[in-house]
Parts: sequence; structure tokens; C-alpha cells
Amino acid sequence: MYAYDELDRTLINERVSEFRDQVKRRLSGELTEDEFKILRLQNGVYLQLHAYMFRVAIPYGTLSSKQLRRLAHVARRYDRGYGHFTTRQNIQFNWIKLAELPDALSDLAEVGIHAMQTSGNNMRNVTSDQWAGVAPGEIEDPRIWSELIRQHTTLHPEFSFLPRKFKIAITAAEHDRAAIKIHDIGLRLHKNADGETGFEVLVGGGLGRTPFIAKTIKPFVPGRDILSYIEAILRVYNQYGRRDNIYKARIKILVHELGIEKFAKEVEEEWKAMGDVGLTLDHTAIEEVRSRFSYPAYEKLPHMPDELKQAAHDKLFERWRKNSVSAHKVQGYSIVTLSLKPVGGPPGDATAEQMDAVADLADKYSFGEIRVGHEQNLALPHVAKRDLPLLFKALDRLGLATPNVNLVTDIIACPGLDYCSLANARSIPIAQELTRRFANHDTADLIGRLHINISGCINACGHHHVGHIGILGVEKNGEEFYQITIGGRADENAQLGTLIGPAVPYAEVADVIEDIVEAYLALRDRPEELFVDTVKRLGVEPIRERVYATR
Amino acid sequence: MPLVKQGRLTTDLFVHVADGAELPGDGAVLVTAERFLADPEALLRRGGKVGVIWPNNRNLDDLVPHLDRLASVALVFPTFRDGRAYSQARLLRERYGYDGELRATGQILRDQFVFMTRAGFDAFEVKKDADADAFAQTMKRYSVFYQPTGDGRVTALNRRMQLRHSESAGQ
Repeated sequence: MYAYDELDRTLINERVSEFRDQVKRRLSGELTEDEFKILRLQNGVYLQLHAYMFRVAIPYGTLSSKQLRRLAHVARRYDRGYGHFTTRQNIQFNWIKLAELPDALSDLAEVGIHAMQTSGNNMRNVTSDQWAGVAPGEIEDPRIWSELIRQHTTLHPEFSFLPRKFKIAITAAEHDRAAIKIHDIGLRLHKNADGETGFEVLVGGGLGRTPFIAKTIKPFVPGRDILSYIEAILRVYNQYGRRDNIYKARIKILVHELGIEKFAKEVEEEWKAMGDVGLTLDHTAIEEVRSRFSYPAYEKLPHMPDELKQAAHDKLFERWRKNSVSAHKVQGYSIVTLSLKPVGGPPGDATAEQMDAVADLADKYSFGEIRVGHEQNLALPHVAKRDLPLLFKALDRLGLATPNVNLVTDIIACPGLDYCSLANARSIPIAQELTRRFANHDTADLIGRLHINISGCINACGHHHVGHIGILGVEKNGEEFYQITIGGRADENAQLGTLIGPAVPYAEVADVIEDIVEAYLALRDRPEELFVDTVKRLGVEPIRERVYATR
Repeated sequence: MPLVKQGRLTTDLFVHVADGAELPGDGAVLVTAERFLADPEALLRRGGKVGVIWPNNRNLDDLVPHLDRLASVALVFPTFRDGRAYSQARLLRERYGYDGELRATGQILRDQFVFMTRAGFDAFEVKKDADADAFAQTMKRYSVFYQPTGDGRVTALNRRMQLRHSESAGQ
């Protein structure tokens, strides 16, 4: 965990009072709605279909139990008793009242949580691997760098009014769980030939109506230079990013229009011209931030405790363990993913009661720490293996032990037309129907890893382009239709999916998805070949033929 | 429009002269980049001070050679959501060493004062009287700053390291 000091706390409180003043000026009419819109967006407040929506940052997906309890309190006190975890390590509350927002922020500030820059055309929440610091084989904990960048990009005097939103994600593991290739800047921590730690810097990834996979702009930037290099990228973007058309304003379009070589040259020139502007991170500065991350005092525990051996007879436990429990870098410990994708439920939602209960379980079994991943699930990052059977029972009672992590019903979905003013179609009911179709866990196991991502409009908040199966809601003559793509992925081999056929009406989506899955089961060359790998090997055509033959 | 300069409401001594309009015989003038670049020498030979309004989509290269003879550079915020002039301001101050008046014009609200000051602005054509009146108060809003700019405010990281240093020195 990162411990806020007096300076961090002061800054958050100062931001709360500023926002309180902004709300007051809006309510008194001193600010027009046009003026206020930009100001509220800078603090995570959207106006949705039915009410204001409030998005709170969970930097690099790390929460303490105390913080999670406070989120539960906000859900209960200011909202309707639940919250929605998003694909960017944020939580959203959908029914907040404007006049109460400053108080909600102030309650959150007491535990070091804020909503700064969770929307608006500025640098958004810096995200990272939800297994940071505990994943085996990691270069080093990427959250140190995430925190350095979080601080640097918070209330930045030059870059708070960019052409468009700007997202940074960091990974330090071989397997990318942070989806860095679909970010404006993606950072991959690695060591160069001299053993020095630094970053491969990728730029220009993003989804939306013009999706791009990020390209490498520089294979190695030493850690000490990462802030100045990011500053150079942002300065080029701030000056030359398009502002004439909101749909062409992201950095991906600038990179695309200039070409990566030309863009890289511009950045390199700016970076060289900057000289020493106090952004170089020397060892002391990095250690200063590192020293405020605390790590659990792990016990020396056996690899295979008796409790685990005994529980192996319990089929339900075993199924859950195989699905939701992952290897930890410390012997005797595990990382446990808590599925927020119950059969028939909206993906990513958690009730205040669930949040409180998870906070208690974190205190009991995970050194008081919780993680939030971009797949809209939670994780307990430090669970002793001997505690797994008891933890399973507790999670099962809470409805948080659905053994579907990374399986066909672990669906990413945006709020869609049920909440969002931009949406063309519903997302949540599609997800709910699919979880019912594939409710049999044996079938889901047989299918294996398969990510379905659903967006209710072209803005792609549900990451449909990079779903193994992507579902995009569109509107045709006043009706909800859905375009379906296959073969996308968001990991280190990120790729955009390919359209499989004509859009289908709402009522047929689940049937088509079932047919796609059946076609895959018939076409895969062995049970271990994942859906995406079959699509990669065969292309879209054989699957299209089987699915659309009778349509 | 109220002008805030060096933290206080001030009478604006500069006259905005539109393109094509006749220049006053003396006194300080603000002219557009086109007008200035058409004949910089003639303007600078005049009796009064000269300031240039530099658009936010124009590279600074043509302005830089004249900086030491200008009394003001006015940068433009066509709407407050258009933040290009923040970069121009920092470049003028921090890279090109400009130390004359740096003026923010356009849609200027109190909510930008801190950002603008940190980027190097020291004069503000403020849209609303209430915001101009609130300048001093607004500048006190923040006492913690995470990133270094040319304004010399000490960053949080440096304050922490100083603190740590003084603690260890005291032991």
C-alpha cells in the first residue's frame, strides 16, 4: 500500500474545497452550465440519462480495507447502495446529487481517495497490473512508477486542458494484465542489456470509433528520465493534437496522421530541447516514493498446507480454486480473484454490503489489501493458502465465488443504454442473458478462456474491439442492433477483432454467440487451443460460414 | 475587462489596436502577430511600448527573436478548454527566458489562475469582475504542487526529501 503523507492529504483537501466553491458557483448561477461542465468533468462528474454519475479513482487498482469501506459508505449514504467498477480501475456511482457531491468527496478525502481527473480532457487515473507487487516474475513493483506518474500528472499546470482525455497504463510482468497497448501511453517496465531498469514506451493506442493498437515510440527510456519523456510527449500532443473535431482529438490520430517516425522525431526534439527542468528522478527521489509503499510481513508457509489437501475433496472448492486462485510470488500465498460477474448480474457491480464484507475478509485474510482489475473484478492479493477453504465459503455466501474468471461469462460491459446518455443500445441485459446461457460451469470450463466484451456505442467503453468476442451496440431505424467481432485481444499480443457478419437484432445476439462458441468447439484442433488461437489459425471465414449458414 | 497584474486589479495601460486601425501616436499598444511581423522595426521604433498578441496555433519561432524588445506577450485562450497557450507560456518563460509581461486573454475564469500562474502568466484579462476580485483568494487555494515549473514553487517530492534530509541531519 502507498501511504499518503501530509502533503498528499493537503492537496486532496484543497481540491475538495475548490470543487465545493465550483458547485456553489454553479448552484448560485455564477457559473453557466457550459462553464461548469468542464470543471465538473475535471472531477469525475458526468450528467447521465437519469442523474449525475460520479467516478472515483482507484490509482493502479490498489485499495485498503478502510478505503473500500468508505466507498461502501458513499454508495449507501449518497447513492442507491451499490457501485460499478470500471475497466480503468475506477468506481462509478450512478445516482449522486450535485449538492451532496462536495460532502461525498470530503468523506472520501479522509481516507485518501479522490476523483481528480477521472473524466475530462486531462490525464486520467494511471492504471496498472492488478497483481502488481505480488505476481511471480515481475521486473519490479510497477506501482512505484505509477505513483510517481500519478503525482506528476495531478493538477498539471500545462496539461489540464488537453485536446482530449489521456490515459497511461503500466505493466512490469511478461503477461500484460493492464492492457497497455490500448492506452494513449503504454509503459512496459523492463531491464536493458546493462541491467538498468527502464521502460519501453508505446504511444497512440486507444479504442473508440477509430481504434488503434499502440506503437513503440522508444524501446528503452531509463526510469530516471520517464517523467521528462512523458512531458515531451504531452507537450507535442498539447500543441499539435487536433481540437477541431472531438473524434479526431486523441493522440492516436496525431500519431496516425504524422506517422510514428515523424511523431517520435518531434518528441525526441522536444525532449532534447527541454534540458534539465528538474524532472530527472534520481535514486533518492525514487526511493522516497518507494519507501512509502508498505508490504505485508509474510510468514514462512508450506507450499501445500494440510487445509488445502483436505479441501481438495470438495468439488465446488476445487473448481473455484482452479479458476480463481493464482500463483503468488511468495511461497504459501495466493492471489484470489473475486468474480463480480454472477450469473444474471450486471458485470462489475458490487453492493455496499459486499464491499464492507470484502473489506472484512481483506483484513482477515489479505493484510487489509484489495485490488481492482480492468476486467471489472476484485482481487485479494495476499491470501495464505491455508485460508483458502474458509475464504471460499465466505465469498460463496456473498455471491463472490462464481468460478468464471477469464471464462465466457466473465464479461466486460459498459453501463450502456440503461444509464449512459451516449449509448445507442443496452449492454447489461446482453451480458446478463449470456451469463444465463453459459451458466453451466462445466460447459464454461470446457470452452476455456474466452473474453466477451460489450459496448453500447462506438465510444467503446466496454472494449469490444479487443474482446475475443466483441459486441457493439448500434442503432438501426430506432432499433438496437449488434455488430459482432472475433479474434480481438488486449494483452501483450493485442489485436483488434474482425467483423464476423451483418449486425443482428437484440433478440438474436445470445443465439449468435452460442453458435460462434459451438463453431469454435468443433473447429479447435485440441481442447487446449484457446478461442483466439483458433481464430488466429483459421481466420474468421470458417466460423462465419458455420454461424451464418442458416441465417 | 478587468486586468489583474502582479496579483492586483490594475488599469490596463495597453490599447488593443485592431488590424488596419491607426496606431496612436504614443502609449502602449497590443497588436496582432500579423501586424507586428509585417514590420516589427517600425512598430518598435515608435514612442510607446509594444506588445504582441500571439495566436495559440502558431509556432513561437517567429516571435522569439523579438522577445527582448517586447513589453508584453498576450497569449490566447479562445475557450478555457483550449490549453495550447499553457505550453507556449512555459516555453517563453522557461526555454526562451522571456521576462516581460505575459498576459492571458480570452475566456479566463478564476479556475485557471493557479495553472496559469504556474505556467508563467503574470497578467490576466479576466472575464468576470467577481473572478478578478477573487484573484488573491484563489491563489491561496493550493499550497502543495506535484510538478516543477519555472515559477520556482517547491514540489512535494522536493519538500519530502528536504524534510528527510533535515531529519537525518538532526539525529
